[in-house]
Amino acid sequence: MTMPDVEKLLSAMALALQDRIAQLPKPPVMIGIHSGGAWVAERLHAALKLQQPLGLLDISFYRDDFEGKGLHPSVKPSVLPFALDDQHVILVDDVVMSGRTIRAALNELFDYGRPASVLLAALVDLPQRELPIQPDVVGIRMDLQPGQRVKLAGPAPLTLTLVHR
Amino acid sequence: MTPTKPHQLQLNEQGQLRHFLTTEGLSRELLTEILDTADSFVSVGRQAVKKVPLLRGKTVVNLFFENSTRTRTTFELAAKRLSADVLNINISASSTSKGESLRDMLWNLEYMDSDMFIVRHGDSGAPHFIAEFVCPHVAVINAGDGRHAHPTQAMLDMYTIRRHKGAFEHLTVAIIGDILHSRVARSQIHALNALGAREIRVIGPKTLIPKDIEALGVKVFYNMAHGLHDVDVISTLRLQKERMESALLPSESEFYRLYGLSTEKLAFAKPDAIIMHPGPINRGVEIESAVADSERSVILNQVNYGIAVRMAVLSMAMSGQNADASNQREDA
Repeated sequence: MTMPDVEKLLSAMALALQDRIAQLPKPPVMIGIHSGGAWVAERLHAALKLQQPLGLLDISFYRDDFEGKGLHPSVKPSVLPFALDDQHVILVDDVVMSGRTIRAALNELFDYGRPASVLLAALVDLPQRELPIQPDVVGIRMDLQPGQRVKLAGPAPLTLTLVHR
Repeated sequence: MTPTKPHQLQLNEQGQLRHFLTTEGLSRELLTEILDTADSFVSVGRQAVKKVPLLRGKTVVNLFFENSTRTRTTFELAAKRLSADVLNINISASSTSKGESLRDMLWNLEYMDSDMFIVRHGDSGAPHFIAEFVCPHVAVINAGDGRHAHPTQAMLDMYTIRRHKGAFEHLTVAIIGDILHSRVARSQIHALNALGAREIRVIGPKTLIPKDIEALGVKVFYNMAHGLHDVDVISTLRLQKERMESALLPSESEFYRLYGLSTEKLAFAKPDAIIMHPGPINRGVEIESAVADSERSVILNQVNYGIAVRMAVLSMAMSGQNADASNQREDA
């Protein structure tokens, strides 16, 4: 399977996001999920020339597998350099698969405040969803064989690779 | 019953923390992991909802055999910010007055499905005893035992130093006062050694400095002018009133004159030296009021960092206990 060119996906996502932003009553803020989502968000944030600084979420404290997997040894601080109340948020991740990361990210967001709306943008959408969560803007939808995963390497250049487990 | 060395007892087979009894024998990597994890928890204090769900559904018991409002409060806040349920038990007012043995009481608490004990005890080694022989499947955190150790205090001091001074390799740290009775000093010395501080000094009267303390890798000074020369970090200790009564010291005013951190004596240290104190402060005994309130004092920052550092220790120990439990399930 040939992997798509990340640059092309990012350009397409930026265009799609521009349409969504045009429909919002005020400019949105963007938040990337550590670490791959943050790389994608940095690029989109620059391409869309958003005014507010980029936010960063590390969802390690909100994971649902602490009991089994324990605490990740390199948790990064979450940084939201703006008040979240009444903001339109574009939440960015690299790969959406089960939906559990996004569930954790939404929980964490709401501990910071009450956003007016949340849009989900993902570079890669894999169909193995375990929760009712769907991205609004997608770079590419991919169907993988059982045991296959997609991994984003970065931050520069950003490349997608196929991983066999 | 031969006790296991604490640093063996407090790690699981994967080398993760499962109890936190002492800073002695822990690696630089593990101590750094505690500090890094604490860094991330500091931002939780800035959330509108100051809580993360890591220890949701866990029961944490504060077992305080000695009074300590501040330590108990910060442990309680740390556990609550991790979403744990917290029980505070003040033992002096509880079962021991009814004649129940410590072991029976702890077993009762264990059978109420407690997941973690935070233990403050006047006897050195009490938390170790509980972790090894009484309730081995409960994570035990030492909140200060006798003269032995106060590891979370030492780690919040290390966090404060790193936050304000950066890397440990370039730092000279002076610990002043009653070193002999101080569990804080001992835990600080072990942590500073592990983290690679350039030089560790202790300063105090001969009667309050243990004879063989040099073996821990510290330099001893009996004079503040020499001891504070070129120091980057000053850690003052609380002078306990009972030391005066036991004739180890002539008087409070004499102690203050010789070892109290006054504006004059502070001038011996580097101009950007920071001042720490584990609290509660005796103003005018071990530290001048104006010094404690000065810009170089980080005493109140320590209180704030203490919550994040304790959140890091509680979640790491719970994580290590969980890993242990799931390994045992796999073996069974």
